[in-house]
Amino acid sequence: MSEATKPKLAVWKFSSCDGCQLSLLDCEDELLQVVGAVEVSYFLEASSAIAEGPYDVSLVEGSITTEHDIERIKEVRRLSGILVSIGACATAGGIQALRNFADVREYTSTVYAHPEFISTLKTSTGIADHVKVDLELRGCPIDRHQLLEVVTALLSGRKPRVPTHAVCVECKKRGNVCVLTEHGTPCLGPVTQTGCGALCPSFNRGCYGCFGPAENTNIDSLTSALRATGMQDRDLVRVFRTFNAWSPAFRAAGEKVAAGGVTQ
Amino acid sequence: MTPTADPTQKRPLGGVLSVEGLDALLRQLQDRGYLVIGPIVQDGAVTYEPIASHQDLPRGTGDEQRPGMYRLRRRDDDAFFGYASAPASWKRYLFPARSPLFRAERSEGSIQVDDTPPVQPRYAFVGVRSCELAAIAIQNRVFLDSNHPDSTYAARSKDLFVVAVSCSDPAGTCFCQSMGTGPEAQAMFDLRLTELVGGSEHRFVVTPGSPAGEQVLAAVPHRPATPADVTAATEVTQRAKERMGRSMDVTDVHDLLLRNREHPRWKDVGSRCLACGNCTFACPTCFCSDSEDANELGTGAAVRTRAWASCFGLDYSSMHGGTIRTTIPGRYRQWMTHKLATWFDQFGTSGCAGCGRCITMCPVGIDITEEVKMIQESDRVKTTGEMQ
Repeated sequence: MSEATKPKLAVWKFSSCDGCQLSLLDCEDELLQVVGAVEVSYFLEASSAIAEGPYDVSLVEGSITTEHDIERIKEVRRLSGILVSIGACATAGGIQALRNFADVREYTSTVYAHPEFISTLKTSTGIADHVKVDLELRGCPIDRHQLLEVVTALLSGRKPRVPTHAVCVECKKRGNVCVLTEHGTPCLGPVTQTGCGALCPSFNRGCYGCFGPAENTNIDSLTSALRATGMQDRDLVRVFRTFNAWSPAFRAAGEKVAAGGVTQ
Repeated sequence: MTPTADPTQKRPLGGVLSVEGLDALLRQLQDRGYLVIGPIVQDGAVTYEPIASHQDLPRGTGDEQRPGMYRLRRRDDDAFFGYASAPASWKRYLFPARSPLFRAERSEGSIQVDDTPPVQPRYAFVGVRSCELAAIAIQNRVFLDSNHPDSTYAARSKDLFVVAVSCSDPAGTCFCQSMGTGPEAQAMFDLRLTELVGGSEHRFVVTPGSPAGEQVLAAVPHRPATPADVTAATEVTQRAKERMGRSMDVTDVHDLLLRNREHPRWKDVGSRCLACGNCTFACPTCFCSDSEDANELGTGAAVRTRAWASCFGLDYSSMHGGTIRTTIPGRYRQWMTHKLATWFDQFGTSGCAGCGRCITMCPVGIDITEEVKMIQESDRVKTTGEMQ
């Protein structure tokens, strides 16, 4: 494919830790094939060379936390053909969305010596709250196999396969023991979207919900089951308030427990 | 695995294997080119994996199973097969979670399709329970008894050698007896073992169930069974029957479920069901799959894989225009009604073997026997006015 016909790829960063962008660079075996198939036009993490837009595909990492972010994401949207938000920050506001449950002025006064220099929004929100998003890749961080699936699908002109069912499906396919029923370990797998390859349960740990809520979940019922493993209300609220705290389903689940609404 | 003739036919008493004899049996199977799969303990559970000798077996290990809970326990004897069943069934060998279908690549103006099936091992399963054999029979019917037999399944199951083991310690979630599928295998095995662990001699009463089983047994050192051995083996099965954890009244279940499609119990179970799909993957008869397409980045080749799918997923009923089964109560109803009722219409058998895995492996402990019972009781009130 000549340089002229290769699709132009841009990678953007908002409020985030860069881990999801790094997943692209982590594709060690496939990286040369990726850069052979697309023109990497804007990717500051990888190169300071910048090609002007518009861009065929934009990968957007990070959440919207400032007025400036809001303006910039609109500009990214304007310059982009297909916009894919990547990671828990871009899809649900990230861990920094914990501010949404608190008073951000109190946070800044605790953290910064001169909070008066900080200009920030009261909330941290995902990209889709501000502009139209064509596809979301969940995870903290995203899974590089899912990222490659998106890239290869877009290159071949087919719909990417990004399943929205529970982590349990992947656990069973891998032949893992069920840490919840077979070990009594609290696990969010039944209500968390697949994509990580059931990473934690494969190492006998419970799922931490990095990929956010699965499709059409029934979280209240799992909350009751988690309570039966010995988890207290405080633990239950915290388990739903991590990387995807502001995703509607996890947010509602945590608020319900906090309000004493789900009993065994 | 060859179906046996009339099970009521008088069989020889069979023989008795010592523990060393069991090892000789495993070696004999390996020498005949089988990949021998049997129970081992791994990650806190019994699982069916390749085994070499009796030392791999879960000696002295039992299990405790309740709705939503499975735990190993230490037995007070040295039984090798003293657990009820492994959480993951034999299904993953005959119908693996993922199997490649084809790879297609553009080449000089044409498309080259490579759909050569992978070479399959010849499996010998050791320690198969009666309910598990019933489940394999159900899947055989689904995959093989059709106008379009499934070639992958056929390749994996055609040379299967089955060493069944009579169940001695059913779990709290077992209900094979009421389903007529256990606890002692009556057919479909090549050899059937009944473990006798008490008394002076740890031994196995062995009964051949096929010519292949007779040949293998003839090549393994064993002594003839005495009437006392046979009586002891019968007692193992009798005790197992008396300790069955659950039961399901299936006399009218087909019509019962079909005339109760709007029963309030579906909403009730739907409020508990996580729609995670664990029951369907744990179930040894659930057979649904999806085709997954992928591309290779460098070559552009397309690769199609068959992968397990669950009717609890939203995408399962996704078709042009959207998903048609959108609610969790609707999906639970679909699963249970298919399993216990419309499976008869489709395949001529029940889809349930009574193994209890869906009960044990449900994170919120939904119990299919209890769900049937609740509908049964209210239906009785409705149709006969009888109060329970």
